[in-house]
Amino acid sequence: MTTATQGSVGTAHTRIEGRDKVTGAARYAAEIPFAELAHGWLALSTVARGRIRSIDTDAVLRMPGVLTVLHHHNAPRVDSDYVGLLGVPPDPSVALFQHDRVVHMGWPVALVVAETSEQAREAAEALVVTYDQEPHDVAFSAERQAEAYPVDGHAPGVMEKGDLEAQLASSAVVVDAEYTTPEEYHNPMEPHAATALWEGGRLEVVDSNQGTTWVAGELANLFSLDPASVRVRSEHVGGGFGSKGVRSHQVAAVMAATVLQRPVRVVMTRRQMFSLAGYRSPTAQRVRLGADADGRLRALEHQSLNMTSSVHEFVEPSAAASRAMYDADAHHTASRVVRLDVPTPTWMRAPGEAPGSFALESAFDELAERCGIDPIELRLRNEPAVGPVSGLPFSSRNLIACFEEGARRFGWADRDPRPGVRRDGRWLLGTGTAAASFPAGAMPSTAAVTAEADGTFTVGINAADIGTGARTALTLVAADALGVPTDRVRVRIGDSDLGPAMIAGGSTGTRSWAWAVTAAAEELRQSLAPGADIPPEGITVRSNTAEAIGALAQKERHSFGAQFAEVAVDPATGEVRVRRMLGIFAAGRIVNPLTARNQLVGGMIWGISMALHEEAVRDRATGGVYGADLAGYHVAAHADIPHVEADWVDDPDPDDPIGIKGIGEIGIVGAAAAVANAVWHATGVRHRHLPIRPDRVLMAGGDA
Amino acid sequence: MREFGYQRAYDVSGAVALLDGDGEARFLGGGTNLVDLMKTGVERPALLVDVRELPLDRIEPAGDGGLRIGATVTNSDLAAHPEVRRRYPALAQAVLAGASGQLRNMATVGGNLLQRTRCGYFADVTSACNKRNPGSGCPAITGEHHNHAILGASDHCVATHPSDMGVALAAFDAVVSYETADGPGELPLADFYLPVGETPHLETALPPGALITGVTLPPTPVAADSRYRKVRERASYAFAIGSIAAALDVEDGVVRDVRLAFGAVASRPWRARAAERALLGAPADAENFAAAADAELAHAKPLPHNGYKVTLMRNLVIAVLSELAEEATR
Amino acid sequence: MPPSTSSDLTLSVNGEKYTLTVDHRTTLLDALRERLDLTGTKKGCDQGQCGACTLLVDGRRAVSCLQLAVAAEGREITTIEGVAEGDQLHPVQQAFLDLDGYQCGYCTPGQICSAIALIEEHAAGWPSAATDDIRPDAGPPPLTPEEIRERMSGNLCRCGAYVSIVQAVARAAEAKGAAA
Repeated sequence: MTTATQGSVGTAHTRIEGRDKVTGAARYAAEIPFAELAHGWLALSTVARGRIRSIDTDAVLRMPGVLTVLHHHNAPRVDSDYVGLLGVPPDPSVALFQHDRVVHMGWPVALVVAETSEQAREAAEALVVTYDQEPHDVAFSAERQAEAYPVDGHAPGVMEKGDLEAQLASSAVVVDAEYTTPEEYHNPMEPHAATALWEGGRLEVVDSNQGTTWVAGELANLFSLDPASVRVRSEHVGGGFGSKGVRSHQVAAVMAATVLQRPVRVVMTRRQMFSLAGYRSPTAQRVRLGADADGRLRALEHQSLNMTSSVHEFVEPSAAASRAMYDADAHHTASRVVRLDVPTPTWMRAPGEAPGSFALESAFDELAERCGIDPIELRLRNEPAVGPVSGLPFSSRNLIACFEEGARRFGWADRDPRPGVRRDGRWLLGTGTAAASFPAGAMPSTAAVTAEADGTFTVGINAADIGTGARTALTLVAADALGVPTDRVRVRIGDSDLGPAMIAGGSTGTRSWAWAVTAAAEELRQSLAPGADIPPEGITVRSNTAEAIGALAQKERHSFGAQFAEVAVDPATGEVRVRRMLGIFAAGRIVNPLTARNQLVGGMIWGISMALHEEAVRDRATGGVYGADLAGYHVAAHADIPHVEADWVDDPDPDDPIGIKGIGEIGIVGAAAAVANAVWHATGVRHRHLPIRPDRVLMAGGDA
Repeated sequence: MREFGYQRAYDVSGAVALLDGDGEARFLGGGTNLVDLMKTGVERPALLVDVRELPLDRIEPAGDGGLRIGATVTNSDLAAHPEVRRRYPALAQAVLAGASGQLRNMATVGGNLLQRTRCGYFADVTSACNKRNPGSGCPAITGEHHNHAILGASDHCVATHPSDMGVALAAFDAVVSYETADGPGELPLADFYLPVGETPHLETALPPGALITGVTLPPTPVAADSRYRKVRERASYAFAIGSIAAALDVEDGVVRDVRLAFGAVASRPWRARAAERALLGAPADAENFAAAADAELAHAKPLPHNGYKVTLMRNLVIAVLSELAEEATR
Repeated sequence: MPPSTSSDLTLSVNGEKYTLTVDHRTTLLDALRERLDLTGTKKGCDQGQCGACTLLVDGRRAVSCLQLAVAAEGREITTIEGVAEGDQLHPVQQAFLDLDGYQCGYCTPGQICSAIALIEEHAAGWPSAATDDIRPDAGPPPLTPEEIRERMSGNLCRCGAYVSIVQAVARAAEAKGAAA
């Protein structure tokens, strides 16, 4: 059922908090003042594996302003044996200072708390910690496959149908290629920051995170507190991309606030974020495609390997990305992990799909080349009617519409398929395309909508606006459900006291919250007699979508998209510049075209950045990241980004009250492959290892 | 960061006196490198002498027809100066290729010359580094070095000098002026940076306690036809993986004068004198440009992962000299 | 006698004088955020590598994380809180708001301060690394999108709002008669 409304949803609306953001009035986690605030600074290990032999706190405690040093001998005990909101146990790395083991370089070994941040920093740096160092192993490569094992994350680790070897043997064309992606870091512009304090018997945490319900629940579990006695607020969040869940900074702040009984703020430095804030694991992937001469697939195999820490299994489900895309008689996918002495990786924008689509969609381009078929035509020929592995129907699948619209607008029909034949001065030019998909889902949430006596409405929904425009989107959704203009609706978010709700993650946030808001608002609207007086305290209706979401039929539910890129490559220097990029998406009903376009383009820019720039190098000798800062880890800058355009085709989700699917991640999916395929078209050289650095382009005699 | 004293100097002799040869004191210019190094713990000065108020912020004609650039001239003012852009365009381009608009507004000419390497091991105080901690070793040689030196390095250090500005200054034979308690002195840029050898921690030939007061560019007619090209791993706001400052004067198809310097390949801005020698008097064509590059790069000692720089610099020499030659004939 | 490690000083911020005692280690960024409650200037990297802390010093853009507070005495500091005229947003602020030149908003004050200065720098005839011919006789370069991108490159935006930021800067510059 799609609600047809002639209202605010679907119209461009500037951000509700826009004025606060452009004037500097919007306060982020580390910017809310507290009386008697103390500052905590984390001290991190300088070895990658071993045991803490000694921590010399005496000298540091005598330094000016130092209040306490917390470490494994004196820190409050925490319990990490639980399953949280997202249905998984926590990474035990967040159980800070509970033992003397060091499991990776940059492991938190102590928190120094002082009156000022300058004092805390100097004391933390002066803290002498000695270790019994043990040999470490951080060497990730495709060769580690032998020690790897499959892990079920949010998708099964292994899914197989058909006889792969037989189908490969009977294929006219076989592509067999290995692809790698490096360690990638979220690097939200706002570093992780939390202030913790006890007030009236309740633990209050002002934090920067992607879901205060989630973080409050984790903290209650960790510190064995009644969930009702924990309140987490997170009004403005300076980006998250998967990295802002429960992390050492909140746990450290809570410990120190508990010990000192005063507010304590802990902020990660940019450098610390490279060992404490999570990252996307490097991947080593192998794709084998077997096809008839006309390009129809007989065999599809996608194997992916990622690394995880020695204390927690995290799988980057890159191979799972292939399960909804294309069918083949034999279809084998497996995502495996190898355990190393590294920090635990985590979700990062389009986990699985981002690296997985690079491999799969690059391999498809190779297959198109080998078959002599246009890359778009190849995809059309392999368009499945139902879920290739599940056999379930698609809720909607408008991939072909995306390619048709994109091809028309990009000018694909005029493309000469031959590589390496277009030149503009010192630049070789090429174009490339790739398909994109990302799961569409909704998670149970609660909302409260109040009709106020003054004729306005207050919506309480514990959403997180990490830059997605959720606050604005939910205002539009609520206005339509209430049948009022947006200026009569006030939306409150980012406070765990508002009640349980889904996190901003998995491209499910806006859909999950909008569903709950719509349910409460529609019920309220129906219950309000026209012209009836509203009491001074207002009339409030609450909703909980658990039942409705639980009743959804099993289907293949995804957003889809078609990515197009044009690149210029200087073969003399190896420089690659993206000249233009277009993405056309089928991603459900678009709530706010202004912010949605921005977010989709932002995802595509992540794809450019992934294709050309992003790479953290782990030093095998030290076990840490080399050049762990924003000069060593390059994200795309203004000058790297040309005019990038995103648009969409009509694709309302038939099973969502508003028709929403979710747009947070689909923009990055396939984007790196489109760029890499364009580099091949420009130069005739396949780049299967990201990022496509100048030195790789320069030295690639044949295939790179 | 350790606690430190702060003094602001208003004249050159006062600045030198305030520092007083104190090994734990540092001059503070724009702070764009020093303050960062203090935060990471690489630098731990006990006293900062702020020299930004010194009357060294002018660009003026030098007596011999060259240009004298004061030490506290900001990168922005240097790059925007009409005489620099007209007579030494590669210098303005080099400065504009460095850092960002914000940082160029802060950074000074003197500070730029003294900036430290961006080697990740140098910047990480938990790591060994012969430049930061003599005798502790050089992890880059066996570790991450894909942006390290191919020329003039040693078994003790393979770090590169990060300056773009310095590359153009090296090409144009700049002379650095300084002041000490014993009076003024001068160092040609060619002698300003010390060879790496076994002492990578000793970076310049400046006497202890010396304050850079300015840089003088000799009159260099060939510099009017010059260019700076920088290759990096993103299109802007990144250090070079290879760069070149080049100036070329061609008459009747023959090289009459040429200047070449390389960036991001050595512990100092690398003046490519062997290449220049090979070109003087030779026909200005791609073949000779390649031969000249080869003459310079014959001494390159690439490590396992930075051999691409040899190819990159060779290609840059050919590309940039070819562009200049073509423009000369237009 | 070891030198004093703190100083009494007066900072001039957005036209107001603030007298305070600072630890010499305190950066201008931290002084604004922690001491003066001017939190509009953001700390993204604290190393001059992201531009989130950009503000104007004597009218020129600078990163405040590498500027020691004690060394900022005597200079006129303008932060994001000081660029509007009362309730009237600066044209750059208005363009960012109207064209959605941000997402999470954390890099935004730095982007806006940088853009304000960029328009002035361009008006003063400064070339950039994107300028084809930097010789003064060539005249000032038109403020093309490519020029804006190069000149804004010191301000990272991890959300990837670059396209709308460039549009916003162009619109604001156009209002001043500067854009190409």
